[in-house]
Amino acid sequence: MSQTIATPPTVRLDTDVIGRPVSRPEGPAKVSGAAKYAAEFSVTGPLWYGYIVSSPIAKGKITKIYADEVLAIPGVQQVFSHENVPSLAWFDRSYKDQVAPGGSPFRPLHEPEIQFSQQPVAMVVAETFELARYAASVLRIEYDVDEFNTDLKAAASKSFDAPKGKTGFLPPPKPKGDMDAAYADAPHKVSGEYTHRAQMANPMEMFGTTIDWLGDGKKMKIYDKTQGAPNVQQYLTKIFGLSKEEARIISRFTGGGFGAGLRPQYQVFMAVLAALELEHSIRVVMDRSQMFSMGHRPHTIQNLRLAADDKGHLQALEHTALAETSQFEEETETVVNWSGIMYNSPNSKFDYQLTRIDVNTPADMRAPGAATGSFAIESAIDEMAYAAGVDPLDFRLLNYTYEDPTENKPFSSKRLDACYHEGAARFGWEQRTPEPRSMRDGNMLVGWGMAAGCWDASTQKAAAKAILHADGTLVVNSATNDQGAGTYVIMTQVAAQTLGLPMAQVKFNLGDTEFPEAPIQGGSWTANSVGTAVQNACQEVGKKLLKLAQDMDDSPLKGVDFEDVQFANGCLRANEDVSRSVAITDILAASGEAKIEADGKAGPNPANLLKYSMHSHNAVFVEVKVDEDLGTVHVTRVVDAVAAGRILNPKTARSQVLGGVVWGISMALMEEAYLNNDLGRYVNHNYAEYHIPVNADIKKIDVIFVEEEDHIASAIGVKGVGEVGMLGVAAAICNAVYHATGKRVRELPLTIDKLL
Amino acid sequence: MSLHFTQEALDKTPPTIVPTQPVTLNVNGEDHTIQIAPWTSLLDALREYMDLTGTKKGCDHGQCGACTVLVDGKRINSCLALATVYQGKQIQTIEGLGSEDNLSPLQQAFVDHDAFQCGYCTPGQICSAQGLINEGRCKTEDEVREHLSGNLCRCGAYTNILSAVMEVLHDGQVVVDNGTLVTIPAQPSASSSVN
Amino acid sequence: MNSFTLTQATAADEAVRDLTSHDGAAYLGGGTNLVDLMKYNLERPSHLTSLGMLPLADITGLPDGGLRLGALATNADTAWHPEVEKRYPLLSQTILAGATPQLRNAATNGGNLNQRTRCYYFYDLAAPCNKREPGTGCSALTGPNRVCGVLGTSDSCIATQPSDMCVALAALEAVVRVQGPDGERTIKFQDYHRLPGDQPEKDNTLKPGELVTAIDLPAEGYADHFVYLKLRDRSSYAFALVSVAVGLKMNGDTIEKARFALGGVAHKPWRDQAAEQLLEGQKPSPDLFRQVAAKVFAEAKGYGEGSLHNSFKIELGKRAIVRALKQATEMQYEVNPNAFLNSNP
Repeated sequence: MSQTIATPPTVRLDTDVIGRPVSRPEGPAKVSGAAKYAAEFSVTGPLWYGYIVSSPIAKGKITKIYADEVLAIPGVQQVFSHENVPSLAWFDRSYKDQVAPGGSPFRPLHEPEIQFSQQPVAMVVAETFELARYAASVLRIEYDVDEFNTDLKAAASKSFDAPKGKTGFLPPPKPKGDMDAAYADAPHKVSGEYTHRAQMANPMEMFGTTIDWLGDGKKMKIYDKTQGAPNVQQYLTKIFGLSKEEARIISRFTGGGFGAGLRPQYQVFMAVLAALELEHSIRVVMDRSQMFSMGHRPHTIQNLRLAADDKGHLQALEHTALAETSQFEEETETVVNWSGIMYNSPNSKFDYQLTRIDVNTPADMRAPGAATGSFAIESAIDEMAYAAGVDPLDFRLLNYTYEDPTENKPFSSKRLDACYHEGAARFGWEQRTPEPRSMRDGNMLVGWGMAAGCWDASTQKAAAKAILHADGTLVVNSATNDQGAGTYVIMTQVAAQTLGLPMAQVKFNLGDTEFPEAPIQGGSWTANSVGTAVQNACQEVGKKLLKLAQDMDDSPLKGVDFEDVQFANGCLRANEDVSRSVAITDILAASGEAKIEADGKAGPNPANLLKYSMHSHNAVFVEVKVDEDLGTVHVTRVVDAVAAGRILNPKTARSQVLGGVVWGISMALMEEAYLNNDLGRYVNHNYAEYHIPVNADIKKIDVIFVEEEDHIASAIGVKGVGEVGMLGVAAAICNAVYHATGKRVRELPLTIDKLL
Repeated sequence: MSLHFTQEALDKTPPTIVPTQPVTLNVNGEDHTIQIAPWTSLLDALREYMDLTGTKKGCDHGQCGACTVLVDGKRINSCLALATVYQGKQIQTIEGLGSEDNLSPLQQAFVDHDAFQCGYCTPGQICSAQGLINEGRCKTEDEVREHLSGNLCRCGAYTNILSAVMEVLHDGQVVVDNGTLVTIPAQPSASSSVN
Repeated sequence: MNSFTLTQATAADEAVRDLTSHDGAAYLGGGTNLVDLMKYNLERPSHLTSLGMLPLADITGLPDGGLRLGALATNADTAWHPEVEKRYPLLSQTILAGATPQLRNAATNGGNLNQRTRCYYFYDLAAPCNKREPGTGCSALTGPNRVCGVLGTSDSCIATQPSDMCVALAALEAVVRVQGPDGERTIKFQDYHRLPGDQPEKDNTLKPGELVTAIDLPAEGYADHFVYLKLRDRSSYAFALVSVAVGLKMNGDTIEKARFALGGVAHKPWRDQAAEQLLEGQKPSPDLFRQVAAKVFAEAKGYGEGSLHNSFKIELGKRAIVRALKQATEMQYEVNPNAFLNSNP
């Protein structure tokens, strides 16, 4: 007796690659040393080298530069300083890049005034790297020194409301209810001050630029380390009066950025200056100590007051912050808003102030503002839960909000509850005994702590071009960036699946201003924005293909609408009857076209922005082991559960979250630029004494992506994973240390001495 | 009131520049003769004089490991090595371990495990891991973590780096037998046995 | 980095002659400290005498049962030498707790002794520093000084000797063999490095032109009761905030002989012989260890409070001594050549 068995409902196609853990196509180039970073490109003629000289003082004026002594050394070509910089753009607006905060941007070598220690004051150009470095070391410079202040607390009395205007900055939410009265009346309350000091992005690749002087007017190929080639091009063309053809920026590989490469850095300015003046190819690379001169996560002091009723419902929430900025710009981060977005309190108050000290302008650094804010609010929530006698996870569930209380709008999606439940289950949270000092492993105190976070899911204007060749290979270009985030692989996946081609036939190119414009890589918006543009470009190619297919003799697709076809396994076919199919290469062959091109664009959806609050979320669970006698803390286990919309590639998305957890551990336990207020200078400006984790610091990390797709946040359902994985990690570690020891540390980094 | 500060020249005597000389380095089995002075580091010799840019400069001070190369099979920081004293040694760089089209097992494992993000520390990580395997001393995860701690990764890819190295370590390259290591022959050591 | 000439010497006497015949010359061993210093423009030698070809890389037994470590043997080869692992596991573990595999493969034993002291301001040409430029003042006395010392400091310098290996060599009472223009001599390890006093520019007691040729270890290696405890700001690849190297000889439950030294707290590996004597002939107890720790730090001076300043090292150092002594006395040592990872918390 025979029986008909239904066909399995889903047969995945080979070209259905979105969502699969495929390896990065640029991986072989990276692991074999073939991938070329900015300071590694060859040039057409001989190459000269620039070495930057940095100011030893924090404030004052250069009174004399003995350039002649250095120019007398054979092989030295020029010494650039404010004394011989040609007349450049006059107005501040020419120096403002896409993410410049308010104020007057720093102009390298513009004037003798010194505004911060390690300010670049000169550059020596010589025929070899060694000679330039040597000549820089014998350049005598005299300064008059002015009084300065680099101490945030000493400047606190002159604080001011953070001004609006910087891209992405949200001013503090409006107050609700009567915070002070509610706080006074509540049965359970906590308050505390939370601090971290300046932190440095410190990507592994030092900022560098190689300029190939092409000998054709002012035409240059500018290989630059940046998170956004178009931003650098706009900056340079405005300042130096160059055309886009003259200043082509190329950044195929970026050795990490983490925010340091959002704004054009001073080495690219100095390299272009030298190339134009000397009409010669040049390479300029910062040294590691100079990497401490180019913007940092700002020292921020946060104060929180929370109050709850007997059941653990929040009644009062106040979050204020004071952050440093420079004397000449107002760097702003969104710091305090996250508290209001995460927790609904009938009474709340927020404030965010800046104050000026004599340092370089701080800069966005991975999860800017949110890493800062989530450390404070998520520590304070833990304190509040203990004060109210509620489990920290239960407390967060009790105060869960389904709409954004700061804007009274629903979330486009919010599966933080799933993050809590799946994370807690994976971690084994229910095994936790709540009393501090109640868990041990031999002589070690064990602590389990948790925290959560959210990051805005935003889409920026982006563009891409897709070119399908007659042999069935697809090339997609966009001037976006891959600082390690996985742009190469996810865009290849999106393009391959959209046109039903094997990934091996798809080549995605980025990091070149000859490609359609894309935003700087930051804010977790690349997948949303560029991904949508790539998909649109490929769909446009697809529409042209369908038309050509329908023009073929005996076309099986005659009369079929674009909505009713699919691209799969190299073929274009009808949804209703997949046997009505034409190979893509056959369509092109029949058409006689060598290639089909199309552009695709993406941008924010204003209607959705009005209606919804769009955020990714995460919940972090941490185990620490503390040697109480010696003050050592080891993070032995982390579970980071993330709701970030559709995950295009679980392999590289997981890497982003793993990296975020390492950043959180680093922020919690190690990172601090030691500021000497007598010298006005960071003093541990090297990798030996500015500590970031090594392999031995990192134990088990478990990453969970909860099921989520959000087609409101972006057309392709993505919310972005670059920042969210880091959020809450520092707070979860501090909370775990409290659980282990009974000691509450509110000042980062949590070093040995703080537990003695 | 203002103070005066002078950024002094660091030498009292007038500058003299030592002339360059031909220096022959054996890199990845090939002799390369370059024209350098003693002040050229092995790292700069590779990157600026031989276009072997796979070896990376992350700090130039022995604090990050991005410049790791193998000399006579042992891993060192090429940034702290003066090229001229490495004549006559067998220098191996990332380009010598495998090529884009013909990856070594370690390189392939790094791709498979996504053991990098930006890729800048990666050649150093791989050369260091190859040195670790050559040493034949590590077998547990904690041992490998400790002995790869000379290579910083700011992207935080450590978990995947560990997975990649463990995979290769236990795939025939190192055999664990009765709790002791039976491994590829140790490199010639500078130390002799006790008389 | 300045420009310099370089000679590769092939014998110790030739190296000494080469160095003394050039003004402003320096010996180049593995280069891991000197080249670093030259790149920071802290050392500006006009000539380098390279020692790489000297036949001083052997590790050989001595007639008195001790072991001679060639000055040119690398730190890695020393740590993993079978005789060092078996008889001087304290030295082996201590070397492996320092720096990184890459640095240990290049760094030589002689060079390890001669690495300069560590301090933020010594390494920063923009800051006054008596060690770098005598008479300019010490920025560390009031500025961030987490890395600096609390024992044997002076008003002119509070820098610390960063070597781990040297901490073990101090505890093991090694002897340094040197060769100079006036011939050979030996220096007891505790006399090799010096305190800053009013001459912080001098880190050690070598005379001009002298070259370290070997380090001799006495026969006693404390292989049954030893520990190197290193506390630092991350799990590996960081200088010690405080470290303790302990070697004990136990007779039943009595401490017959005790040697220990501290790193990260002074301008030299810190040994306190009076404190060692408190242990000898005694039975281990927490009270005894606390008494010893108090003795070591009785004269200590901290330079400011908070994380950026180093007063915490006094309490941390005491606790580290107590823990290290406890671990060393309780240790049941099994010969396991692969047990090279120390028990750092």
